[in-house]
Amino acid sequence: MLSLKINGEERKVDDADPSTPLLWVLRDELGLVGAKFGCGIARCGACTVLLDGAPVRSCSVPVAAAAEGEVTTIEGLADESDELTPVQQAWVDLDVAQCGYCQAGQIMAATALLARDPDPDDAAIDQAMAGNLCRCGTYTRIREAVKVAAGRAWEARKASPARDGGDPA
Amino acid sequence: MNAYDDLQSLAERMDALPIDIAPRKLSRRRFMQLTGVVGGGLMLGFTLKGREAQAASTFEPNAFIRIDADGILIHAKNPEVGQGVKTSLPMIVAEELDAAWDDVTVAQSPVDEEAFGFQMAGGSMSVPMNWDVLRQSGAAARAMLVGAAAAKLGVAASELSTRDSKVIHEASGRSLHYTELADAAAALPVPEVDSLRLKGTDEYRLLGRRITGVDNEALVRGEALFGIDQTLPGMKFATYSKCPAVGGNVVSANLDAVKALPGVVDAFAIDGNEAVGLLPGVAIVADSTWAAIRARRELKVEWDESNAASDSWSAVSAKAEELRSKPGATRPVDDGDADAALEVADKRLSAYYTYHFASHAQLEPQNCTAWSHDGIMELWAPTQLPGRGRQAVADLLSLEKAQVTVNQLRGGGGFGRRLHNDFMVEVAAIANRLDVPVKLQWTREDDMSHDTFRAGGFHQVDAGLDAEGRITAWRDRFITFSRDGQRPVSGGSLRPGVFPAGVLENCRYEQTALEWKTPCGPWRAPGSNVFGFVEQSFIHELAVAAGRDHLEVLLEMFGEPRWLAEGNPRALHTGRAAGVVKLAAEKAGWGREMPEGRALGLAFYFSHAGHIAEVADVSVDAGRKITVHRVTAAADVGPIINLSGAENQVQGSIVDGLSTMLGQSVTFEKGRVEQSNFDAYPMLRMANTPAIDVHFIESDYPPTGLGEPALPPLAPAVCNAIFTATGHRIRTMPIANEGYSIA
Repeated sequence: MLSLKINGEERKVDDADPSTPLLWVLRDELGLVGAKFGCGIARCGACTVLLDGAPVRSCSVPVAAAAEGEVTTIEGLADESDELTPVQQAWVDLDVAQCGYCQAGQIMAATALLARDPDPDDAAIDQAMAGNLCRCGTYTRIREAVKVAAGRAWEARKASPARDGGDPA
Repeated sequence: MNAYDDLQSLAERMDALPIDIAPRKLSRRRFMQLTGVVGGGLMLGFTLKGREAQAASTFEPNAFIRIDADGILIHAKNPEVGQGVKTSLPMIVAEELDAAWDDVTVAQSPVDEEAFGFQMAGGSMSVPMNWDVLRQSGAAARAMLVGAAAAKLGVAASELSTRDSKVIHEASGRSLHYTELADAAAALPVPEVDSLRLKGTDEYRLLGRRITGVDNEALVRGEALFGIDQTLPGMKFATYSKCPAVGGNVVSANLDAVKALPGVVDAFAIDGNEAVGLLPGVAIVADSTWAAIRARRELKVEWDESNAASDSWSAVSAKAEELRSKPGATRPVDDGDADAALEVADKRLSAYYTYHFASHAQLEPQNCTAWSHDGIMELWAPTQLPGRGRQAVADLLSLEKAQVTVNQLRGGGGFGRRLHNDFMVEVAAIANRLDVPVKLQWTREDDMSHDTFRAGGFHQVDAGLDAEGRITAWRDRFITFSRDGQRPVSGGSLRPGVFPAGVLENCRYEQTALEWKTPCGPWRAPGSNVFGFVEQSFIHELAVAAGRDHLEVLLEMFGEPRWLAEGNPRALHTGRAAGVVKLAAEKAGWGREMPEGRALGLAFYFSHAGHIAEVADVSVDAGRKITVHRVTAAADVGPIINLSGAENQVQGSIVDGLSTMLGQSVTFEKGRVEQSNFDAYPMLRMANTPAIDVHFIESDYPPTGLGEPALPPLAPAVCNAIFTATGHRIRTMPIANEGYSIA
């Protein structure tokens, strides 16, 4: 039995095969279906989750490797008060999705980007999002939503500087 | 008839729909069929079969609307695969109902074509097929709510107005919310359809606004929505392996060895059934998806390929090369005398255009969940055509249709692929042998090797110009494919009346079909997505040969404003065509000075009753690396339902068109697809995405759908720009085959 730390909780996993991709453990065993199966070879990004804050393709990460870190899935983004994060809210407000299948992966990649670069330019956004395909072609809206979310995050920090431990300026 | 022919006949019927559904008033009988309204009475509980009798406090005037003390529910009847109909169709009801959008809960409807009419995501038909009945449904309910309020307030109905889910009596300042009127409205007679007054476009409060998709919040929270997300207690997981060459039969397989693998519950061979689109194969049922996929690596199947496809792209290419100099087998269009006009033309142009097969590559691989219980087969299916899938499952298992229940789930992309329900019959065949629910999961490799592909094709085009540079003759020898040697494959047949037929005196389309066994099917804007490339590139070639401005030549071809098929408002209208071409040109700054190596390219295409023009701003470097800076689109699809969704469809079609024309091709040898995953089938990424401007001409014609028509003009607009920038004419797709890539 493996133990995983997912969205801040310890979760036990029965599947004994340590080479099982994290994606299928999340989806089939833990009921976390937000991360999607698209290609199985880390080429589309639909399965993107965060491992210690960095975006990884969960279809190609063995569950044993994930057990060494902290996993965040899209289900773990909105806080306990159930409020959407600025990234999630921007995705709703800009009506980014068409079919929506890739968007959980896109949101996770964008979340990781903004955590390390709160005000990315177009090139930084393009680079950070390069591993996430959108078959419906919503890229212009995704890019816009990342910028909107960055602006919101900035506003939120300005409004409550204590949360980040200081004045953002 | 087999399942692929069925798909083709559906496509043909969709082509014929412009006439069948030419907007007209629904007959009263049909309205009653669709809305559950009968003269003088209200059939409570009629609309949702199988539900308990409705509480008296529920107002349910038709299948689409349910109002009770808790709120307003509107059913979205058609499958949602990214085209936005789960939001836009209920918006149409809400507009005529005068419901505040924030008060409305949208639910995906059951699959029940007796209650809801034809349920399909295809042909950009959701809006045009449902426009009248949805408006009438909303208006009928509104009229009944007004009647109920009149009785409660003791005033005449004529003194009442509606807004934001309320009936308002302005004179006394009183108002009643719809939820307070549900009981009283439920007791009222249903108004005659003819008595309903529908809003004019200038009265719309909701339609035309930007409305975020009804599933968006659930989507960003990662909640279960898609077919692949379906889970049921005790559910098992399956894979299904088919012969890589379509039509191969199972001779033997190492089933015992597979059954002994960890996590495997069962493994068995399944016979094919061509009539319902079930291919023979081997199922592995396991405790988890991964256990099934892992076990499959050890599966060894011996296939009998004596009746399997042996299709070869190189062989058909060589055959087409031979045939292009000979007259075609049939003439779907034969106006005037194209041969004679070519002979006497002042200038004659000749070109050979080709394009490869393409995969749908919808991001969610095919999957479906099924459970045989209580004498029924219940399915949870991400399908574009649930009613057909239900019938196919009933036929496969020799069940009555009533014994098959289909729950329609969101599809992670469709693009036409989910019109073919092979995943439904496969999972039904598997579930039929189990007493627990089972989810069938295709891998990406399954998906790419067993698609209903967009057919490749070959066009020898010849045209003539007179001394003034006007087009006097047009002849397109189209070489396509056929499974039976007669009927062209779905998505690979010419429609009568295809432009420029109707505007040229001498116009002929010839068609010859090569034998081909691998299934082909509708792929976003079937036919149009490739014919547009040929037609609109060649018109540009003619403009260049005549030394004339491309815009001027296009407008000259359209001529006086008129319908090209008299009496059919879903036909091409030359005035609407000219309108979008002029608007796109104006917004893109057509005719302006461009830097070296950079140019604008223009194209127009009419499909699915949508008139669309696009201008691409493209630069090309010495290594044939292109940058698409901006695409400006102008569309006339009638009134816009959801402005955000409409813009999204145009933006997405442009990205899809660019992605496909650049590098996507599926090739075959020995009946096998040579590409298996996204590493060999490149998709456009964010960094390569152009800026996209979308402009709508909101004409007062009946609205058409927008899932498809914005795609066909993109490839010719880009290729025309590349020619103007470099002098190199591209006559093949994908253009990567000529050394092009994107920066």
